[in-house]
Amino acid sequence: MKILTCPVNGPRVVTEFAYWGELREMPDPAAVSDEQWADYVFNRNGAPGIKKEWWCHTPSNTWFIVERDTGRDEVLRTYLYGEAP
Amino acid sequence: MPWRLLRFALSRKHPEPRMFPAPRELKSGYDVVIIGAGGHGLAAAYYLAREHGITDVAVLEKGYLGGGNTGRNTTIIRSNYLTPEGVLFYDASVRLWQQLSEEFRLNLFYSTRGHFTLAHTDSAMRTMRWRAEVNKHYGVDSEVDDAAAVKRACPQIDLSCGGHAPILGALYHAPGAIARHDAVAWGYGRGAAERGVQIHQQTEVTGIEVVGGRVRGVRTTRGTIRTDKVLCAVAGSTPRVTDMIGLRTPIYVHPLQAMVSEPMKPWLDPILVSGSLHIYVSQSARGELVMGASLDPYEVQSTRSTLDFVEGLSAHMLDMFPFMSHVKVMRQWAGITDMTPDFAPIMGKTEVEGFYLDSGWGTWGFKATPICGKTMARTVATDLNDPLITGFSLDRFRRYAMTGEKGAASVGH
Repeated sequence: MKILTCPVNGPRVVTEFAYWGELREMPDPAAVSDEQWADYVFNRNGAPGIKKEWWCHTPSNTWFIVERDTGRDEVLRTYLYGEAP
Repeated sequence: MPWRLLRFALSRKHPEPRMFPAPRELKSGYDVVIIGAGGHGLAAAYYLAREHGITDVAVLEKGYLGGGNTGRNTTIIRSNYLTPEGVLFYDASVRLWQQLSEEFRLNLFYSTRGHFTLAHTDSAMRTMRWRAEVNKHYGVDSEVDDAAAVKRACPQIDLSCGGHAPILGALYHAPGAIARHDAVAWGYGRGAAERGVQIHQQTEVTGIEVVGGRVRGVRTTRGTIRTDKVLCAVAGSTPRVTDMIGLRTPIYVHPLQAMVSEPMKPWLDPILVSGSLHIYVSQSARGELVMGASLDPYEVQSTRSTLDFVEGLSAHMLDMFPFMSHVKVMRQWAGITDMTPDFAPIMGKTEVEGFYLDSGWGTWGFKATPICGKTMARTVATDLNDPLITGFSLDRFRRYAMTGEKGAASVGH
């Protein structure tokens, strides 16, 4: 991947972006056990696959979602959080 | 001229020396199956056979022997870590390294160079002092030196680093060394094969059979194998294997790239590491500069390489060595690293009985090859975690008991 499409600024070189990891739902800290909380804090899905990820276009501080095949490093689509097409 | 060579020359037959026996059929069962024929997997097989008499072992490899991170690292060996667990573990590894060539009857080109970790900021100097004190406490040769000492050991260096990041001092670790990484896999592989271990390349594991929380067998592209013990030593492919048995781990996977320059006359004796400039560099026996930098900035599970990496690393190399502006980059490549949140490995038993992990080796696995093999062999043979690796167990994350090793990573990944 050399170019990534920001939903606001359009296609930009990938060095303008920062990767912030897979989109994960936080469980209710008051409702889960210590062990379930540790699972949320530490454990990750490290196998290749199509994942939803947080990325940020740093010059404009635009945070958005990238759907990407991490094994092949191919972007399927990008959109603002909550605005999935 | 050695007598053996003369006899070989005068002989009518010139048999090609074989490192390994010809491949055989897979058996239907083994006492132990090791996934991954890299340095770690082969070392575990070697010590299982040599020290525990367990020779009914199969080492399965999807690709070819030593073709993963064993053949992709920058070959640096050191023990100047930060946590007591790390220092004791890597110190035991360095001691094993120093006798490996003789043990294998194979020249590993093990070359003790001395290792400088450069500090460009006050806070880096503070970490160096901290590391030196921990190291000395455990008997590891490690000291803080001033910038003049760096200049004496490496007169070509620009101490101001182009004015961006002047070098204030360094952590000096005299036992720091490099070795020929392919030969390590060959030596362990040959030693294991001589003792009866079977190495099966081009054999991919497609599933692991678990019945009642116990490992019962392994499915491969060449058939199913019965076994009660599986050791997983597959670095960046670890999540793919742990997913087969539903085991959750904190491992995340990023590529780590490296490159070499064209060969030059020997000029760089020590190994230099700079966290601020994201560089580690040494000169190999062939005269090439072997250079590495920090992790790629985002998750990818393939060994593709990028121009960004070469540009960034070259720019920082020129900060340190401006005279290198005419030196060409000859090759670049990538390995996929299994990173952990605390920069310490994940080793030992797991909640699945008979499934042992040797993983979380991220960017620091090569130097640990001998001690990993030794401790994992003991763990598999006795079904008890070796005392040297208890700080690295997978369940430390469930207990929020990290083994914080990030301060000793060679560059700020």
